Amino acid sequence: MQPYERESLWDAICAAGNLSERFLCGVERVVTLAKLERCTSLNGRAESLRGRSVLLRTKDQLASALAMIELDGIVRRMVLCTPDLKTEDFLYVAAAVQADAILCDGTIAEDLHGVAELVPCGTDLEEHAFHRGAQQPTEWILLTSGTTGTPKMVVHTLKTLGMTVESSVSLTQRPVWATFYDIRRYGGLCIFLRALLGGDSMVLSSSGETTAEFLQRAGAHGVTHMTGTPSHWRRAIMSPAARSVSPPYLRMSGEIADQSILDRTRDFYQANVAHAFASTEAGVGFVVNDGLAGFPAAWAGTRHVEVDIKVEDGALCLRSRRNAICYLGNQPAVAGADGFVNTGDMVEQRGDRYYFVGRRDGMINVGGLKIHPEEVEAVLQLHPMVRMALARARKSSITGSLVTAEVVLDGDPGEGERAKVAEELLQLCRNRLPAHKVPATIRIVTELAVGVTGKIARRGA
Amino acid sequence: MSVQSLVMQQFASVAKQQSIELAPLSNEVVLLDSGLDSLCLAVVVARLEDELGVDPFASAAESQLPVTVGEFVRLYEDAVNKQLK
Repeated sequence: MQPYERESLWDAICAAGNLSERFLCGVERVVTLAKLERCTSLNGRAESLRGRSVLLRTKDQLASALAMIELDGIVRRMVLCTPDLKTEDFLYVAAAVQADAILCDGTIAEDLHGVAELVPCGTDLEEHAFHRGAQQPTEWILLTSGTTGTPKMVVHTLKTLGMTVESSVSLTQRPVWATFYDIRRYGGLCIFLRALLGGDSMVLSSSGETTAEFLQRAGAHGVTHMTGTPSHWRRAIMSPAARSVSPPYLRMSGEIADQSILDRTRDFYQANVAHAFASTEAGVGFVVNDGLAGFPAAWAGTRHVEVDIKVEDGALCLRSRRNAICYLGNQPAVAGADGFVNTGDMVEQRGDRYYFVGRRDGMINVGGLKIHPEEVEAVLQLHPMVRMALARARKSSITGSLVTAEVVLDGDPGEGERAKVAEELLQLCRNRLPAHKVPATIRIVTELAVGVTGKIARRGA
Repeated sequence: MSVQSLVMQQFASVAKQQSIELAPLSNEVVLLDSGLDSLCLAVVVARLEDELGVDPFASAAESQLPVTVGEFVRLYEDAVNKQLK
């Protein structure tokens, strides 16, 4: 039986065995999985929530992690909320999912009282003997921001979430997973489940600590498999604590992994670097292990490792059993009639490979000509001194928009050096891009905002 | 540096970066005959906005759009003076 076919997450954890050596590491404490055999983090409330719809809204990721383990297979529906969810969106979601209870660790805002029963939870464990009999496949609901900003509620199950693309890797050390992602988002959740279903341990990140602190904590717990977005990794390499971790396996997803970042992280960490395509709706599509950006064109129009891949009007479409079941609420279906999820990520074939060029809805329009910001960023990131780049539209009364770019440089170069690099970057862009894609202005900045999803912040910069 | 000099400097800089051979830019030269296309002009306008803090094109009516180099410079001189008041 596959781990994801087990009746609940707890069953799968037990089936993988070795509970006394496996752990979940949060920012404030480490929990050995064996302890969960006879303890509760919800004051024993799981039984009273049987068949109910619950919202997890904790500050601490570990608190949500423990709640997920305790409630999967018992509650009808479990909605994963992140702390940044605005009150109005939270109220919308709570109504849409018909929430019976809100699990929270710590104080909760006044206007959320009365929405549903508040059930305290946390990372303190209490001895409690209870019968965990899993009764129903729980709906796992993840939130993803639509283009309007109102969250879309994407329905998954342990089965769709737990089917991984991994080939088993042999290591002398016990695998310890870590991710920069919040586990309440798809990118983090599938790592969390991969670790638990696969019989391994995990270090959870926390918004309450710096990149350096997280790297140190992950390193202290012997992380072997580490994941994040390319922006997470660019920031990690710039951190003074970059060398606190030395994971043999490194993975990136969530943003376009250009050749520069793949090469840079591989060289910096001397690690096996893979990149994956995944979205909350499509699930994990595929993993690319050959060290090159993009993916082999041969994969399109075929079934590749349990996923059907096709390119339609330049957009990547995926069909697999990892796809989400549906959206909740008044939304069109997640997949088309043929079962393919259109990811909205545009790809371009060059030779025997497809390359990711950007989001369909992110284009800049310069005098009628369309540009993907990611394409400009990939060129800027070729320069050895560039750590991170962001291309945006700036208004132009003559062409509608122009491309403008901001870059973060390695080290702390003086004004003269910065001006020189800016000129070099302009030349680099002129050499590689048609005129309308070349940034009209380039600014050297000290940092670029990375959002809570780990992706570079593109709006309202 | 005068507005005139800054404008001329930007024309020259953008032309150089785009490897365009600029005709000598006296006040009577028609902008679209100078060697700079609308994309180049848009870049010049963007850089002048960063440098001077004004974009006179944003509020200019169709009838006020500059045709010659001299009119372009005057548009900026007027905008900068207005800003200083």
